[in-house]
Amino acid sequence: MTIAKDIAAEKTDGVSRRALLTGGLAGGFLLAFHLPLRAGNEPVQPPDVTEGKFAPNAFIRIDPAGKTTLVMPQVEMGQGVYTAVAMILAEELDADLAQVTLQHAPPNDKLYGNPTFGLQVTGNSNSIRAFWKPLRNAGAGARTMLVQAAAQQWQVDPASCRTSKGEVTHRETGRKLSYGQLAIAASSQTPPKDIALKDPKDFVYVGQPLKRFDTPDKVNGKAVYGIDAMLPDMKFATLASCPVFGGKVGKVDDGAAKKIPGVRKIVVLDDLVAVVGDHMWAAKKGLEALKIDWDEGPNARISSKDVWQDLRAASEKDGVVAKSVGDIAKGLASGDRLDASYELPFLAHATMEPLNATVHLKPDSCEIWTGTQIVSRVQAEAAKAAGLPVDKVVVNNHLLGGGFGRKLEPDMVVAAVRIAKQVDGPVKVVWTREEDIQHDVYRPVYRDTIAATLSDGKIVGWKYRVTGSAILARWLPPAFQKGIDIDAIDSAVDGPYDIPNFHVEYVRAEPPAVPTGFWRGVGPNNMFSPPNASWTSWPARPARIRSPSAAACWAKTRVCSPRSITSQRNPAGASNCRRGSDAASACSRRSAASSPPWWRRKSTNKAKCICAGSPPRSIPASPSIPIRSWRSSKAA
Amino acid sequence: MSPTRPLPAAVELEALMAMMLTINGEAKSFDAPADMPLLWVLRDILGMTGTKFGCGIAQCGACTVHIDGKPVRSCVLPVSAVRDRAITTIEGIGASPAGAKAQKAWLDLEVIQCGYCQSGQIMSAAALLASTPSPDDSDIDAAMAGNICRCGTYVRIRAAIKQAASGKQS
Repeated sequence: MTIAKDIAAEKTDGVSRRALLTGGLAGGFLLAFHLPLRAGNEPVQPPDVTEGKFAPNAFIRIDPAGKTTLVMPQVEMGQGVYTAVAMILAEELDADLAQVTLQHAPPNDKLYGNPTFGLQVTGNSNSIRAFWKPLRNAGAGARTMLVQAAAQQWQVDPASCRTSKGEVTHRETGRKLSYGQLAIAASSQTPPKDIALKDPKDFVYVGQPLKRFDTPDKVNGKAVYGIDAMLPDMKFATLASCPVFGGKVGKVDDGAAKKIPGVRKIVVLDDLVAVVGDHMWAAKKGLEALKIDWDEGPNARISSKDVWQDLRAASEKDGVVAKSVGDIAKGLASGDRLDASYELPFLAHATMEPLNATVHLKPDSCEIWTGTQIVSRVQAEAAKAAGLPVDKVVVNNHLLGGGFGRKLEPDMVVAAVRIAKQVDGPVKVVWTREEDIQHDVYRPVYRDTIAATLSDGKIVGWKYRVTGSAILARWLPPAFQKGIDIDAIDSAVDGPYDIPNFHVEYVRAEPPAVPTGFWRGVGPNNMFSPPNASWTSWPARPARIRSPSAAACWAKTRVCSPRSITSQRNPAGASNCRRGSDAASACSRRSAASSPPWWRRKSTNKAKCICAGSPPRSIPASPSIPIRSWRSSKAA
Repeated sequence: MSPTRPLPAAVELEALMAMMLTINGEAKSFDAPADMPLLWVLRDILGMTGTKFGCGIAQCGACTVHIDGKPVRSCVLPVSAVRDRAITTIEGIGASPAGAKAQKAWLDLEVIQCGYCQSGQIMSAAALLASTPSPDDSDIDAAMAGNICRCGTYVRIRAAIKQAASGKQS
């Protein structure tokens, strides 16, 4: 019941499901997390990153030439977040986009942690909701210091100055100083205690449909993904793990593989075999030439049939109550009853960029090049695998050729570090497509069972049981409380219907042997079942429903009146605008306008969708903005 | 999609051979085994990483390059089959009118999400536009069917090809 209460409480501040996470963590993460305004305490960033530059916080660096580097706390995997984050920073900073370079953040939870998790995580569709205010504060704080520096130089009141496109102007005299000219002087200014943010009506970037900053380099082959890391004297490796989960390497006959030109080394670990060569072709041919006997272990006897039998049996048991409204026994006792169950299979993420990590392991240090959604966790796990202190591990993050939740796991980097222990110099480990699919951390199997009753064309009783993996119990144990995985039940408890007798249960059931992990998006396991069940149970289907998709059904359902807007998904597909957020920046005007009226947000306090009502302005041109590794000089 | 020229009969496939290729109009010299797919020559030997590895079995299209203007899957194309042929990669496609049009339309219409497949998509689209200046939907389907996008940008890819063909601005 506590969970249900938490959910109800959240609706008051317009935050949806994942705020429950912070609630579930005793509210500690949000409070524990703060962004230091000065760069002085950036522990793992080498001085060359900030030296000689105006570096007022973790996100902004301006050098005396005016070059403005914006550090991206969230990773770009196609969702456009580098553009959105840069827009928010540039907006409050009043930066000149032509002088901006984007940089992948180094691992550092304190500086770049996602406020929702307290960890450096890109996931859960929350980048803008989580970072909207911290980024605005960072931009505005820096701008204030630049203005103070200019005002001091001119001996004028800072209030008589304005900023635009990387310049401070004194209104009365028209004197101007560029941010570059002010960089050194601004560094010695005191950071403001109270940061004044822009009035949204003055926004120049936020709310505008700017062109994406990351795409110009993606049409000409210049964009650098993790798999594109190239280092002098690098070797290339590919690997095979036991086809049975948990199996071990038995005997390896490498006689034929060693004869293949370009093959340099066969690395045999307890659970995998890798071939290291001069290029991927040699490594691949070498791997194919190996004769490996696997010790498959007890999981060899597990079949799909066993997995489904276990899941079905588990789903027959009572679960932990996640939410209960009204009297479900009474609700199910009247009206016409529908019983339905929905079974969802394992799914592999199959990112277009196959799993990969490049590692250079030395006796006292380790450097890694990869693309990950969890760069600080990758650093920690790599340190463990390498047997080094965390601060001796450098991780260079990259653009991701798709994430979808697969890169919320560090396993590929850990494997690459273990292989690198037996290789002199840097080695790029690339999974074949076959290995990538066969050794995913899969979207779990789920079974959703629904009992619903209809009376006078309305749903009066709704009992929904979700059975499946508790990924959070493994991935973020403090978030797994009272036997409930809030990710697994998300869309089940947080639907759009007012049903008088509404009951949701969760049964944790881990499939045998198969590793399970997050799947892209929110409520990935039960976005489909409730609308499908309600649609099926609808006595007379409205002609307008054509699409069986969850969004369409939910949007057009008339059985129950939609609840307050804060609990809704956006049916119009404005992916960056969903849920109660004041993240106006990424909300597209078109999607807001095409949404049904109940979806449009009212212009009140922080639950305001600025882009829906603001008049069109001239759209600033988006230059091609280069993206650099935070230690690009080393990575190059 | 298969190599149009048979392998030399007596070639020892795995032995290193000194080779020269013309890539984007530039001569490149290197040593490689004769059976090494062009993809790995480009990426691992020449450091031209714009051409992507996706599957290694010509099923995803991420590795598409042009040989004498025709789109081919470089992950299954032995390097020995393309000597003295003109190779164009994503790094050089902007120099051709069709390639430049495709790149521009891709950006105008914001086709791209993660972008990993888009090198191959643009190479396939540029070859289509060069051979069929006004493609209809079935031309586009036929030319682009072998290029997979995991983000699901297909609708915008089709629109961008049409825009590139029509020369209209967004």
